[in-house]
Amino acid sequence: MFESLTDKLSLVFKKLRGHGKLTEQNIQEALREVRMALLEADVHFRVVKDFIESVRGRAVGEEVMASLTPAQQVVKIVHQELVTLMGSENRQIRLSGNPPVPLMFVGLHGCGKTTTVAKLARLLKGNGRVPYMVSADVYRPAAVEQLHTLASQIEVDFYEPHQGEEPLEICKKAQDNAVRRGCDTLLIDTAGRLHFDEILMDELREIKRVIPPKEILLVADAMTGQDAVNIAKSFNDQLGIDGVILTKMDGDARGGAALSIRAVTGSPIKFIGVGEKIEAIEAFHPDRMAARILGMGDVLSLIERAQTAFDEKKAKELERKIRKAEFTLEDFKDQLRQIRKMGSLEGLLQMIPGLGKVKGMGSFHMAEKELVKVEAIINSMTPQERRNHNIINGKRRLRIARGSGTTVQDVNRLLRQYLMTRKMLSKMKTGRLTGVPRGVFPFS
Amino acid sequence: MEVRPTERTGVFHRLRRGLSKTHQGLVGHLDSLFSGRGAIDQDLLDELEEFLITADLGIRTASRLLEAIQDRTKSKDCDSPEKVKEVIQREILEILKAGERPVHIDQKPFVFMVVGVNGVGKTATIGKLAKYYQNGVERIIFAAADTFRAAAIEQLEIWAHRAGAQLIKHHRGADPSAVAYDAVHASRARSADLLFIDTAGRLHTQVNLMEELKKIKRIVRREMPQAPHEVLLVLDATTGQNAIAQARLFHEALEVTGIALTKLDGTAKGGIIVAICQELGIPIHYVGVGEHLDDLHPFNAEQFIQALFA
Repeated sequence: MFESLTDKLSLVFKKLRGHGKLTEQNIQEALREVRMALLEADVHFRVVKDFIESVRGRAVGEEVMASLTPAQQVVKIVHQELVTLMGSENRQIRLSGNPPVPLMFVGLHGCGKTTTVAKLARLLKGNGRVPYMVSADVYRPAAVEQLHTLASQIEVDFYEPHQGEEPLEICKKAQDNAVRRGCDTLLIDTAGRLHFDEILMDELREIKRVIPPKEILLVADAMTGQDAVNIAKSFNDQLGIDGVILTKMDGDARGGAALSIRAVTGSPIKFIGVGEKIEAIEAFHPDRMAARILGMGDVLSLIERAQTAFDEKKAKELERKIRKAEFTLEDFKDQLRQIRKMGSLEGLLQMIPGLGKVKGMGSFHMAEKELVKVEAIINSMTPQERRNHNIINGKRRLRIARGSGTTVQDVNRLLRQYLMTRKMLSKMKTGRLTGVPRGVFPFS
Repeated sequence: MEVRPTERTGVFHRLRRGLSKTHQGLVGHLDSLFSGRGAIDQDLLDELEEFLITADLGIRTASRLLEAIQDRTKSKDCDSPEKVKEVIQREILEILKAGERPVHIDQKPFVFMVVGVNGVGKTATIGKLAKYYQNGVERIIFAAADTFRAAAIEQLEIWAHRAGAQLIKHHRGADPSAVAYDAVHASRARSADLLFIDTAGRLHTQVNLMEELKKIKRIVRREMPQAPHEVLLVLDATTGQNAIAQARLFHEALEVTGIALTKLDGTAKGGIIVAICQELGIPIHYVGVGEHLDDLHPFNAEQFIQALFA
């Protein structure tokens, strides 16, 4: 299901070996594969159509570079075009102006607005700003409570609406309060609404007129299908969108909605939500998103997450070890600890191209308790055993099991997991581990 | 086709209201696709493909349907664009009819376990389900087993109040299985008719959280054999191809017994359930068409197709 586009294209081009130039005929089939990939990723039909035409225009006549196969060449062009389409200089949230600078968050029901507001507030706070939060959602049961719980969790001040207050009134009072308390950024969470709901859209327009927000950010679910264009277009036509935040990117959705939304609104995608935890928000990287939409995995994000969790020296060391296939049990234990800082192991493995949906991934699953066991097992090994797993025979396994208070089966399982991890890691030793820029904090 | 008048103004009207909006947007009106054309040509098939894909049926299902059409066009019984419309509707109906299996409440207490990814409308669906089954005498209990998300318990509490249900809750951060355990026992002790277990939204790729769900189900079954009688997966009609992955993984983990498709009052058509029905064979039990308490209805394949092609 997740075979990469490059693989498919390689097949297409196999019979074309020896062609020096990409021609109308020989890329026809390749473009059909590209089209499939984009449609499977939920990019809107029309957007795909236009995109394919622009790629065709660019690709025909292009010399196949000596270093690349025709398949790689097409992927490169497609990838570049996607990056150009989704990229923008303007990916920062503008925060200049008189404090408190208001930011308004809009979107459909259940796209993750409230969680996103809290995540951004936390980011802003970490960046030295003084945010103030308010929920103008008087409709959904317990929406206000949700924002308050999150606000308390990140220790950010918030406005507590009174019974019966209207959304506009709530926003005005919140703005006054933010001034009085010396806050410099006002984050306004709004109620989820359908994009053609006139009454609720009027409400947003009123808030926009009275407050007016420095930026209006559309929060959209990365799993959204073809309807993403209608949603984005509607919100943009009626309110004017300054940016997009794509949520639930930690799943396995290919996120074609990103391209659709960008194509119909022209607004940049500024952030992505990558988990339920309050710190799970990242800057948007068009190149990674392009790779993901094409089903090419997300190696760059994987590496960056690894970088923030590992310290530089250890990463270098790990890289060397992976290259030399010297990844020992000692390292394995180390990695397991560090990996927990990055999220689940399966999540990480899924970012590796081609491994998106490997069966039996569940065996990598390490629960919190499992990990304690693993440490105990590895600690019960001798230094030689940790360096060279090959010497661990039946007798040694028994001793290790006794020493760690586990069973031989546990030891066997651990060794299996270690070997599989080692195999996986060796697949990514393509030299990409170096020279990846760290995520730049995306606020001006 | 059998359509009761109340439902016509209800579901169909709402579906249509939402769907007609789509047509004003990027998608051309389907009628103009089939009428005013003399022959079946490549253009018609291309436009049909566009229609199916923009309705989120997915490229695979769309291709399969188009192949069926192309096969038929060779024979006599499908020789005009109008016939094409008929044939394609029949093909889709055949797929969806297999998924049209209503829930029979035949146990007391009857236990629903409601699962799904974040933000699909699980809690609201429970509220509406309770309203749907509440006819004044039913004793209904909600179990607040979403102990993770901020204010999830409060949210369910408000829905419980609206729908006239009792609530079993612990505190935020409590073990959801423990809540389910208490709820099962409470439902027996209070001789409840229905028990709805609300669970925290989770992405289907999160193995630990899927394990947590399995545990909840296991505990419920241990305390009450045969329960949960329904494991209801809530899907958002706005979701694209990822809904298949959601359905597949939730099904693998929990043996989902049915689907509730929510947010059909928007402009999304929810065509993905055609693919889900075909590939996974999970029945579609309910559709959600609005924010009101009575905006939940049993799934009806004919109505769904009518709205799809409206």
